[in-house]
Amino acid sequence: MTSGAGNRFGRAVLPVLAVVATLLSVWYVAVVPMNVKEVLTQAEREGAVVVPPSAAERRDSGRWSLVFANSHLLGASWSMDRSRLPAPHQVARELWASTWVEETTGRRGIVRSGSLSNRSLVYHGGVTLGATVLGFVIGSVMGVLLAVGIVYNRAMDLSVMPWAIISQTIPIVALAPMIIVVLYSVGLSGLVAKAAISAYLSFFPVAVGMVKGLRSPDAMQLDLLRTYSAGKAQSFWKLRLPASVPYLFASLKIAIAASLVGAIVGELPVQRGGLGARMLGGSYYGQTEQIWAALIVAAVMAAGLVWLIGWIERRTLKAMGAQP
Amino acid sequence: MKQLREAMGAWLALVVYLPLFVLIAVLSLAWAEEQGAAILIWVAVLAFVGWQFVDTLAGWSDVPTAARVVAPFALGAVVLIGWEVIVRALDVPSVILPPPSQITGTFLSNMPTLWADFVQTILKGAMSGYVVGCLLAFGVAILVDRYDFLRRGLLPVGNFMAALPIVGTAPILVMWFGFDWQSKAAVVVVMVFFPMLVNIVAGLADTSAMQRDLMRTYSASYWQTLMTLRLPAALPFVFNGLKVSATLALIGAIVAEFFGSPTVGLGFRINASLGQLALDMVWSVIVVAALAGSLLYGFLTVLERWLTFWHPSQRR
Amino acid sequence: MEDPVIQALDLSLTFQTGDGPVHALKDVNLTVDKGDFVSFIGPSGCGKTTFLRAIAALEHPTAGTLTVNGMSADEARKARAYGYVFQAAGLYPWRTIGGNIRLPLEIMGYGRADMDSRVKNVLELVELAGFEKKYPWQLSGGMQQRASIARALAFDADLLLMDEPFGALDEIVRDRLNEELLALWARTEKTIAFVTHSIPEAVYLSTKIVVMSPRPGRITDVIESPLPRERPLDIRDTPEFIEIAHRVRDGLRAGHGDEV
Repeated sequence: MTSGAGNRFGRAVLPVLAVVATLLSVWYVAVVPMNVKEVLTQAEREGAVVVPPSAAERRDSGRWSLVFANSHLLGASWSMDRSRLPAPHQVARELWASTWVEETTGRRGIVRSGSLSNRSLVYHGGVTLGATVLGFVIGSVMGVLLAVGIVYNRAMDLSVMPWAIISQTIPIVALAPMIIVVLYSVGLSGLVAKAAISAYLSFFPVAVGMVKGLRSPDAMQLDLLRTYSAGKAQSFWKLRLPASVPYLFASLKIAIAASLVGAIVGELPVQRGGLGARMLGGSYYGQTEQIWAALIVAAVMAAGLVWLIGWIERRTLKAMGAQP
Repeated sequence: MKQLREAMGAWLALVVYLPLFVLIAVLSLAWAEEQGAAILIWVAVLAFVGWQFVDTLAGWSDVPTAARVVAPFALGAVVLIGWEVIVRALDVPSVILPPPSQITGTFLSNMPTLWADFVQTILKGAMSGYVVGCLLAFGVAILVDRYDFLRRGLLPVGNFMAALPIVGTAPILVMWFGFDWQSKAAVVVVMVFFPMLVNIVAGLADTSAMQRDLMRTYSASYWQTLMTLRLPAALPFVFNGLKVSATLALIGAIVAEFFGSPTVGLGFRINASLGQLALDMVWSVIVVAALAGSLLYGFLTVLERWLTFWHPSQRR
Repeated sequence: MEDPVIQALDLSLTFQTGDGPVHALKDVNLTVDKGDFVSFIGPSGCGKTTFLRAIAALEHPTAGTLTVNGMSADEARKARAYGYVFQAAGLYPWRTIGGNIRLPLEIMGYGRADMDSRVKNVLELVELAGFEKKYPWQLSGGMQQRASIARALAFDADLLLMDEPFGALDEIVRDRLNEELLALWARTEKTIAFVTHSIPEAVYLSTKIVVMSPRPGRITDVIESPLPRERPLDIRDTPEFIEIAHRVRDGLRAGHGDEV
């Protein structure tokens, strides 16, 4: 009989592996119909007989019918240069090439030239990461300060809180290109501009979440402190702030994901590096693998950042004595 | 006695602060251009008076609804008037920051274009993607609920995907579905799917063991339990997901257009206007997006109040 | 003599937990006849709720036999042979009181007119007539619990299983509901199995009192009550009542004495 820990591992990990494996298999299969038109064009150029023989006719045919009519010619589906859907291993190869290989062996890589290559995803990832983290920190700190102001000052509560809530329903990210362009024309570009957008996107979620957290202690707890004649500052540090920690971390996770999106969108108008610029460049020049690789780096970064906040959260809650 | 003092203070505030506020606002708007840097003092005074006004309202122990509504508008008024007069007084170039008066003018005179953009991005792109994404999430949620293996496998993946920058899939989806609204709808579907899935599954699971036991004593089938107990109980979570996804849908549709779009659409309009340095048009587009977001959110809130009238959070 | 409604023979139920096996029930033997009002009383962990749930086929025994109406507990559940009342009312806040009572009727496929008349009758039985269109959160705790009982009475089940239904209510409401429950039992002639913590409640309501003790969960004493079926509340001050209560208390102490 398997031990408790082994069983738990099997129960938790096995289904996820099964789902991921299924998704990868579906991806591999999907490559065939997605790339079939390009594959057949290439096969035709190499002299094979394709059904139907002209590219114009093929343009209007259904993909699956083309697949079944020419199944013997589809071996190249998973190694196309400019495919509509690159196969997983192609993406992995591009990912490897633009990170490790570029840095260690590339002419401008860190090994040969001492600084990160501007063609590697490590560099671009770093550019985006810098703006994300800077904006996130600024936005979160200001959000917390605003939350304290809202909770302790009635006038601020009445006038600012409705705007904070409304701002969550508006697609603020639409402001990003304008902020970038305007700041660019005043001479502020790159990191500062993108950080400004990231800060703005983190600001309101953190403020709203923190307000909820600061207001979470129930009446009974507040009454108890009143019987101790505790001052406002004391009840803040001893009750409200600790009670708000779970809410704060929940909104920090949302905020950092939003900051990352903001940084990426901020890289689109004035392309000077970063994952967003890389994705846009890839779509301009039809380099699908480049887009996918950049997207995966962004996804890994997002997952990593959220996981990091979760880790800090667990450590903090443990230090505060919360049950695991 | 305290009430009397409060009431007197409040009425004094209304009789003194409100007219004073209006006076300063009107004068600053009229004389903005001649003030130069002194306008900052005007705005500071305006803000101060506005603050005092709201502060008095906040001092009432029982703030009436009318006062609650007025407070955010007071803040909004200070911001808008301050913006207008500072831009005019300091002669800020409109390619940096146009004044609200100019934006309003541009907005009103470009209604047909903005309407076409609205239809393209919001109605065709965002809404169709939103509906399809929610329906898909619903179907998968029922499957996940029914088959525990799927739940253990899909839910961690779903939680992971819900945190990723899905807008990054926009260039890929534009390549597959073309420039038109279908690719934007596809982005929205992907963006909306995971948060909705996570929320619906959480809602379906939010029944106590006692409730599920009661269903077993009735020997109720899976579908009977689903329709009579778990779906109604899941509604609060579903609405939470719907509200979050509504904003995501708008963001997805607009940002997706930054990666490629026909010559219509809110995202396209932003880019094109930026290229022409017509910032007043950019702001007008943002106003349209803001209105769309607020309307959608308001509609969902009303629907939520109607359908989940029974939930403690709605009964306050 | 009719077949017993509930028959347990050497019934055992062991839970496998992370800390080792828990003997919730061990070698329980009990017969409940039609029309009985059986109370199960004992401290926490004595298995009274587990036994009730086993009868309802919400738990499954690990040894011994249990029959309900001559069938296995599962078959009885599928045949909708009993109504279950939980500790909390558990009414759906999105349905009116009438809608809540209709819930089992809808699931079991009763006809529209039938449902309407049953709802009316059963609301009268528990003295909630006129509250059909109200929502649960508009009613007090006692009224909600009465609605929960009505829900269990709405369909044709001769057996009523009640798990500390009045535990969360104050004593004054509790006394009233005890009286009403006895009146209901007399009118409907159902068999009732009732789990409680309260000695006076057990002695007042039952024709048969089952005293249980924990670790392992077992029956210490089965008392056939000599009190008449029709009892006013002040029977609780008579010497016969107090004698039975003493016997119950002794049974509880005996079970307790096996551990400190």
